[in-house]
Amino acid sequence: MSNFLTDFPEMPNKQFREFKKGVDASYKDFAREWGDLIDAMFDPLLKMLVFFEKTLIATPWPIFMIVLLGLTYWGSRSIKLVIGTFLAFVFIGYFRMWDETMSTIAIILTSVIMSVVIGLPTGIAMSRSDRTQSIVTPILDIMQTMPPFVYLIPIVMLMGIGKIPGLIAVVIYAIPPLIRLTNLGIREVDKEALEAADAFGATKKQKLYQVQLPLALPTIFAGINQTIMMALAMVIIASMIGVKGLGQPVLQSIYNQYFTKGVLYGLAIVIVAIVFDRVSQSYGQRIQKHRSGKIV
Amino acid sequence: MSEAKIQIKNLYKIFGKNPKAAMEYVKNGVGKDELLEKHNHVLGLKDINLDIHAQSVQVVMGLSGSGKSTLIRHINRLIEPTDGSVTVDGDEVLKMNEEELRSFRRSKTAMVFQRFALLPHKTVLQNTIFGLHIQNISEEDANKSALRWIERVGLSGYEDKYPQHLSGGMQQRVGLARALTNDGDILLMDEAFSALDPLIRKDMQDILLELQDELHKTVVFITHDLDEALKIGDRIAILKDGIMDQEGIPAEILLNPKTKYVKDFVEDVNRARVIKAKHIMSEINGQDISGAMPIDQDDFIDRFIDKVISDKPDNLVIQDKNKKNIGFLSTQKLSEILKR
Repeated sequence: MSNFLTDFPEMPNKQFREFKKGVDASYKDFAREWGDLIDAMFDPLLKMLVFFEKTLIATPWPIFMIVLLGLTYWGSRSIKLVIGTFLAFVFIGYFRMWDETMSTIAIILTSVIMSVVIGLPTGIAMSRSDRTQSIVTPILDIMQTMPPFVYLIPIVMLMGIGKIPGLIAVVIYAIPPLIRLTNLGIREVDKEALEAADAFGATKKQKLYQVQLPLALPTIFAGINQTIMMALAMVIIASMIGVKGLGQPVLQSIYNQYFTKGVLYGLAIVIVAIVFDRVSQSYGQRIQKHRSGKIV
Repeated sequence: MSEAKIQIKNLYKIFGKNPKAAMEYVKNGVGKDELLEKHNHVLGLKDINLDIHAQSVQVVMGLSGSGKSTLIRHINRLIEPTDGSVTVDGDEVLKMNEEELRSFRRSKTAMVFQRFALLPHKTVLQNTIFGLHIQNISEEDANKSALRWIERVGLSGYEDKYPQHLSGGMQQRVGLARALTNDGDILLMDEAFSALDPLIRKDMQDILLELQDELHKTVVFITHDLDEALKIGDRIAILKDGIMDQEGIPAEILLNPKTKYVKDFVEDVNRARVIKAKHIMSEINGQDISGAMPIDQDDFIDRFIDKVISDKPDNLVIQDKNKKNIGFLSTQKLSEILKR
């Protein structure tokens, strides 16, 4: 009796070992069987990522700088931000971190594109049906609370170490805010605007493209900004499974206690994050000017 | 009177989980409060019957919660009724399928909203052509028509501004231009001027009357303001708690309020400004009209009351446009009407 109270009635050790073995074995079988096919499915994504990476690295730095500063100005209309971005990238280049930065930007770019391609339709679908919302929300909760290391295990078992598993891990980690905010933004669109669209005889599609999405855009954009930030936060973890970029040197520094190297690459991640954040945020605010989410 | 353009028959709307079941209670005489308390359903409209005549302005008046906004939304079926029928030009709106309903809304009706409901990311011009734009009408044609109405409501020069840059009154002009550009016969106005301050509201009322003089649309106008109702309406329907208390021309409602609610409503109205000579005249029927003061049938009482006081005639004779005597009114009856 006393045993029952102090020790939780747990699964016997032997059975538990069998259970783990069984699950592992069947997942391994699944991975062996389907791994190649799944790899092949993601091949176009790999090609896109490699293309971005090669292009960015091959681009002469002055041209990259001009394009980046141009985009910064187009996005923010702020000279201060352009100067800040310039200095930040001079720092990155001077301290010999240029190529790694380009690799990181390539994976961020690819994962954000993938997040938008998957996240936007998912968010729209969620906003249209309470049922879909009640199914997707707990999945997003799991994606956001599950430690990335845990879902790295099955991904690596399935696809090995490399760029694509890294990309998938980044997308899993970074996509939830975009889906949530797309759903929220569309659901928050003023009922009267929708009623007006109905009264004038708009179809569902017309309502989506001409009323709901434009009015939700500032909120959706806040979601994209969050996704960029979270993707950057994942670069170190992703580097553990073979994603090149700013994360790998940081990882090396942790193993070997290279203080200066670690700090420099850490700073480079911070710089890229701040530049992306400021530019995308001020772009988001700029598009709100005429269309303050609210209807008038 | 011309034929009914919009015919509403035995219309019921009950909000709640099981409206059909709640219908039975309502038909057995359960009132709004009891229905909510005991059966947890909200009575929106109860047995509404209303004929709206072509080319006239039908006002639906009531306080908030009376069901007036619910009623107007049944005409273009933004709200599905629990029971009843709504026909427009003889076509049953409630039987239309999605496609038919869409084309009905596109071609026959246009709506103006209390809170304007303009799209903030579109300019004045883009907002105005919204109705035509979604019908895939070429931009050139749509713009041509829109620009005409933008000018007509006095917004020329503001075409490329965003709604946020405009005052409330100007925003509602855009709302009106948008509705007119759609060019349906029916204009549904849901408390269209209620959110505007009094001076601007008066301006908008004048614009509407001026346009109506020219366009002769069938206008359904919702308001909670009796003065506005009397000024704009050819006919007025008064709603209370989802039930239509009275319907008729303004003078009739003023002179013969059917319920206490309507009576309270019209009590403080300056009758002289609302009632026309023709509304209170009786037939001549051999009355002595020699020495009677001639009055035009369409004159409001306050147009001729000063003259009656200074000249002190015993009787008035009411004339039509061609100066033909058509009615009789004693000064005694006139003073009674004003005293009541």
